[in-house]
Amino acid sequence: MMEKLIFGRYIPGDSFVHRLDPRTKLLGAISFIVIIFLANNWLTYGVLALFTLLAIYLSGIDRNFFVNGVRPLIWLILFTVVLQVLFTGGETVYVDWGPLVISKEGLINGVYIFVRFILIIFMSTLLTLTTMPLSLTDAIEFLLRPFAAMKMPVHEIALMLSIALRFVPTLMDETEKIMNAQRARGIDFGQGNVFEQMKSIVPLLIPLFVSSFNRAEELATAMEARGYKGGEGRSRYRQLLWTQKDTLVMVSFGLLAVMLYILKA
Amino acid sequence: MDITFRDVGYTYQKGTPFESKALYDIQLSIKDGSYTAIVGHTGSGKSTILQHLNALRKPTEGSVQIGDRTITPTTDNKNLKGLRKKVGIVFQFPEAQLFEETVGKDIAFGPKNFGVGEAEAEAITKRILPLVGLDETFLDRSPFDLSGGQMRRVAIAGVLALEPEVLVLDEPTAGLDPQGRKDIMDVFYRLHKDQGLTIVLVTHQMDDVADYADHMIVLESGTVKKEGHPREIFQQAEWLESKQLGVPAAVKFANTIQKKFGWEFKQLPLTTDELAKEIAVFMKTHKQKGSKGRAEGDSL
Repeated sequence: MMEKLIFGRYIPGDSFVHRLDPRTKLLGAISFIVIIFLANNWLTYGVLALFTLLAIYLSGIDRNFFVNGVRPLIWLILFTVVLQVLFTGGETVYVDWGPLVISKEGLINGVYIFVRFILIIFMSTLLTLTTMPLSLTDAIEFLLRPFAAMKMPVHEIALMLSIALRFVPTLMDETEKIMNAQRARGIDFGQGNVFEQMKSIVPLLIPLFVSSFNRAEELATAMEARGYKGGEGRSRYRQLLWTQKDTLVMVSFGLLAVMLYILKA
Repeated sequence: MDITFRDVGYTYQKGTPFESKALYDIQLSIKDGSYTAIVGHTGSGKSTILQHLNALRKPTEGSVQIGDRTITPTTDNKNLKGLRKKVGIVFQFPEAQLFEETVGKDIAFGPKNFGVGEAEAEAITKRILPLVGLDETFLDRSPFDLSGGQMRRVAIAGVLALEPEVLVLDEPTAGLDPQGRKDIMDVFYRLHKDQGLTIVLVTHQMDDVADYADHMIVLESGTVKKEGHPREIFQQAEWLESKQLGVPAAVKFANTIQKKFGWEFKQLPLTTDELAKEIAVFMKTHKQKGSKGRAEGDSL
């Protein structure tokens, strides 16, 4: 079930993209999502697609990974596209069923939205496939640092984030184990009516919560025993290192934005 | 109930870039009424095999015959409940599966899922509790107030309450103290001897294999490397050591004295009891032979 999910996983590697600073990749992915809304004609979408393909090429990761990453979301995307196509009016109308209209503008708009979705998913998949979750938290902590002045507990947020990320796979394993154990005791998950299905979740949820509480207590004890006293005065083991390459990548994102601004209709 | 694997292969995450093959061409059979031990290195596919025994996973190649049901890659996921009642699995650290408010309810949970009535489920619960060394005072307690060892017993009772024909145990004593380990292993052995329960034990404890099992399957990187009686397999101590599996303490000691004093045991002793008997027999025959044997005996 969850095995099929590619999105959010990390693939170790040593490519140009892998070696970039996580801050660059995070900022890049965020700014890409903003930049993409500048595009509004074929030329601009073409430029964005080329940029994305170049980034994927530089990561040295098999293209199939990205295609597989889109697969679970394809129905959502198609649903949005179909709605867009059916409800966009225009001058050249092909089909007219009262409120539902298929027009040239609608179709083009649908394709734009489709491409937009795909490119955003490709870019964010690229971010998670090439960046270790822990580096990503480091980047988030760094980028949030200005907010510390506004009394935001940046260190605590980053700590919680990195612990949460660290335990996602562990909890997934645990979920599967408990599911198996309860299935062996005669529970059918995902069968029967809504009420029965909700009831069958209880024997899964309670053990999961109980073990999370236990785990939290053990982890807190282990952290205290190793001298953790909070964020004050800690040094860091993983250092973020900004190099010329990172500047280059950020500049290229800037150029992309400028280019789209000029090319857009 | 016999369980037979024919050319079974299993691939995790088939059809994704993370595809990985866990089992190759597995041929094995677990005979009705046997006590089978499955041993192998971590990651050798033991747990994957275990989940095939009651169709929690379906093979991606080949077929698994469980009693009169055959599970193939295309078998429908429905109507497998009957199988799950016949093959009970005690997973590693089974205490993680407890969830009801009281011990009694938790043990009765399994039988009720298989359609056993309230009154009968209660009767089963009361019958099972002493088997795992708990008494009726535990019935109304919350499972989360118990000690780790007691929780383990309750979880095992919950599986035994299904009254399975085959009991599958995945390292049932991991993390228990020596007495707790012995108690629980003895419970299973009694069920095997008295009620003819078929047992499949997955373990790293070679001493448990020697003490209880009458059939042994050695797995390595997803295939069956050896299958047979523990006595035959433990003969090949060097082969086992090379697979980082090791032999029971009694076998190890027997091998050492065989090498050091040139003794030759009639049959390889598997347990400490057998070892003591063999040594006693050996000493006796040598005393009769005269001084040579005595000299060797002295130097022990």
